[in-house]
Amino acid sequence: MITWANFVSQLFNGLALGALLALISSGLTIIYGTLGVLNLAHGAMFMLGGYAGYMAYEATGSYVVALIGGAVFLLVVGILLERVVIRHFYHRPHEDQLLVTFGIAIVIVEAVRFFFSSLSKTVPAPSLLSGITPLGFMFYPTYRLALVGIVAVALLALFLMLFRTRLGMIVRAGIEDSVMVDSLGINVQRVFMVVFGIGAMAAGFAGIVNAPVVALTPDVGEAILVQTFVVVVIGGVGSFTGAILGGLIAGEIISITSMINPGYAYVVLFAAMTLVLMVRPQGLLGTKGRE
Amino acid sequence: MRDRKYDMGSNGRRDFMRLGLGVAGGLALPTAFIKEAFAQDKPPIGTWPAGSQGDSVFIGITVPRTGTYAVQGEDELKGYELAVQHINEGHPLIKAISPKTKKGVLGKTVKYGVADSAAKPNDAIQAQQRFISDNKAILMTGSTSSAVAVALNKLAQREKVLYVTGISGSNDTTGKDCVRYGFRQNFYGETAANALGPVLLKAFGKNKKAAFMTPDYTYGHTVTKSMNDYLTKNGGWTMVTNQVSPLGAPDYSSYLTNIANSGAEFLINVNWGHDAVLSTKQAKQFGLLPKMKLVIPYQIPFLAPEVGADVTEGVYAATDFWWTLEDKFPLAKQFVDEFRKKYNYSPEWGAENAYMSFALWADAVENAGSFYPPDVIKSYETPRKINSVVGEVEWRAADHQLIRPVIIVQGKKPSAMRNKEDFWDVMEIVPGASVMQKPDAFGCNLGSYT
Repeated sequence: MITWANFVSQLFNGLALGALLALISSGLTIIYGTLGVLNLAHGAMFMLGGYAGYMAYEATGSYVVALIGGAVFLLVVGILLERVVIRHFYHRPHEDQLLVTFGIAIVIVEAVRFFFSSLSKTVPAPSLLSGITPLGFMFYPTYRLALVGIVAVALLALFLMLFRTRLGMIVRAGIEDSVMVDSLGINVQRVFMVVFGIGAMAAGFAGIVNAPVVALTPDVGEAILVQTFVVVVIGGVGSFTGAILGGLIAGEIISITSMINPGYAYVVLFAAMTLVLMVRPQGLLGTKGRE
Repeated sequence: MRDRKYDMGSNGRRDFMRLGLGVAGGLALPTAFIKEAFAQDKPPIGTWPAGSQGDSVFIGITVPRTGTYAVQGEDELKGYELAVQHINEGHPLIKAISPKTKKGVLGKTVKYGVADSAAKPNDAIQAQQRFISDNKAILMTGSTSSAVAVALNKLAQREKVLYVTGISGSNDTTGKDCVRYGFRQNFYGETAANALGPVLLKAFGKNKKAAFMTPDYTYGHTVTKSMNDYLTKNGGWTMVTNQVSPLGAPDYSSYLTNIANSGAEFLINVNWGHDAVLSTKQAKQFGLLPKMKLVIPYQIPFLAPEVGADVTEGVYAATDFWWTLEDKFPLAKQFVDEFRKKYNYSPEWGAENAYMSFALWADAVENAGSFYPPDVIKSYETPRKINSVVGEVEWRAADHQLIRPVIIVQGKKPSAMRNKEDFWDVMEIVPGASVMQKPDAFGCNLGSYT
């Protein structure tokens, strides 16, 4: 099965999966880096994004509206969650934060199941991007190629926001030392709210972009959450660029291993994570001493 | 969870002391009383007689309501619920299958509890153990994964509480992992392969190349083996690749890329539940379908509406039941009508299997005239023809597998569908006995009654 065509196809698969993981993980990592909250509801946000996009698509028939509408919806959900629940947990032990976000995830997943049932939902790819693209040596689903581009644009937007705006500067400063930022007179609380909203939006946006690739079910976020954590650990906790690098590495590991023996895809992924933890505990692009 | 453990610990000590008292008390009993108890020749076993002393009996149901098999689990559950309702009211449909039934089972109302197994053996076992200890369940059921069915088989034999499988397609369930306390109504890998194989060879000819997609557990491996064995031995087909994936895989692109590069002409998808939906949809995205011909050896309830009739058009599948059998079997019509009346859709085969499993259990108990498990088992094992929604069936005593037909269906063209549920044409009703292996061929050893 190891042929040149198969190898290149798997590289593409890895790129598409990696791009998606990078986007979701970037949301998780900036939330953890800034707020110090390990958000186990991140997978649920990914799933909810898909359903929000599905609803928007059903109402309008437009993929673009689904993309924007779903993302904005998740931004609002993220902000509300932070205001109502998460902010009461900043000063509580990590165990409490894990439990509360885990609880939120269950509530969201089961609420979606209640309203939409477990039967899968479909968001079709826009007609311009559906079909198969011949790449000479192989055929590849056009939408998956487009997905890499869409995610790249989203990541670029996030990058510009984080590295070229005042808000981004505060966020990055918050990741390094939130107490100091607070004592400088900056309203850290409001920044936290925005960061949580943007983190949720990143996951939600990934959920919508991914919707035409999968069949949406309430459980779609569960499996991706585990991979996302692996990505964050490999890339470095709190590191935006680390999340992108980690995502691409994880995507390629899963795909290339699958070419040789799919049964070992996750074994190799976790082995890679273990290796990183042993050799460079802070992650590939993480900073030492950061929690 | 931690608190619970501690509780159990203190209970354990208390139970131990109680046990000590009980033993001491037992020793002090007059020997005449002991003799009388043994004279009945039925010492307590499992939850008997405690579970059937009141005016009701309890069934523990574990079906997946979350995860990869959730959709199929819900359908299955509806079949169980309808059967319990019919048993308790002495409905004519139940009476047609179990003629001795009046109301309830041996006059006792049937009650049940439901737990979500998420298709995980551990979850199912924990829930059933609770049903046994808290509710004195006299019957366990539910599975939409053979991994769960095999685990509950073992629990049933250990606890001496009867178990009727839910959906379970593995050869092992009534093969190497069969037990005296377990019974299976539905078709399985070997019967599916032997029924579907000839149809495939007739339609497509010999010496074809097939790619398999196999979920990585007992169901997947045995169904793939049976199907591949049939096609290679009888038709000279070749398995060019077998893509084994974990249950609940989030993406199939890597597997499908391997298949795209394998030169296969047929995609034989053994994946099940949402895995089947996702892998089939993505196979279409990658252009594998309709270039390759799709084959579904073990039908997945709701696959067609989820992937679309354009994908299932022309696809051959083996199944337990399809609602249009109502045109052929009067009991099927009655069942489909009753189900539709209650749930507003036509039942899939998971619901049919669930309904039939309970109806057959009621028949076995009524014929035994007792809830004493060894008597009920012997009643199951006594040869007799029983009416079912797919004609006459009978139990095979040697491995507790029901001898029942396998239904071969083919996906309809979207334009030929008479209504929105009319996805499949029934092509053949293959008699069960002709497609079953010998009872000991898969290493079945049922074990003891007591």
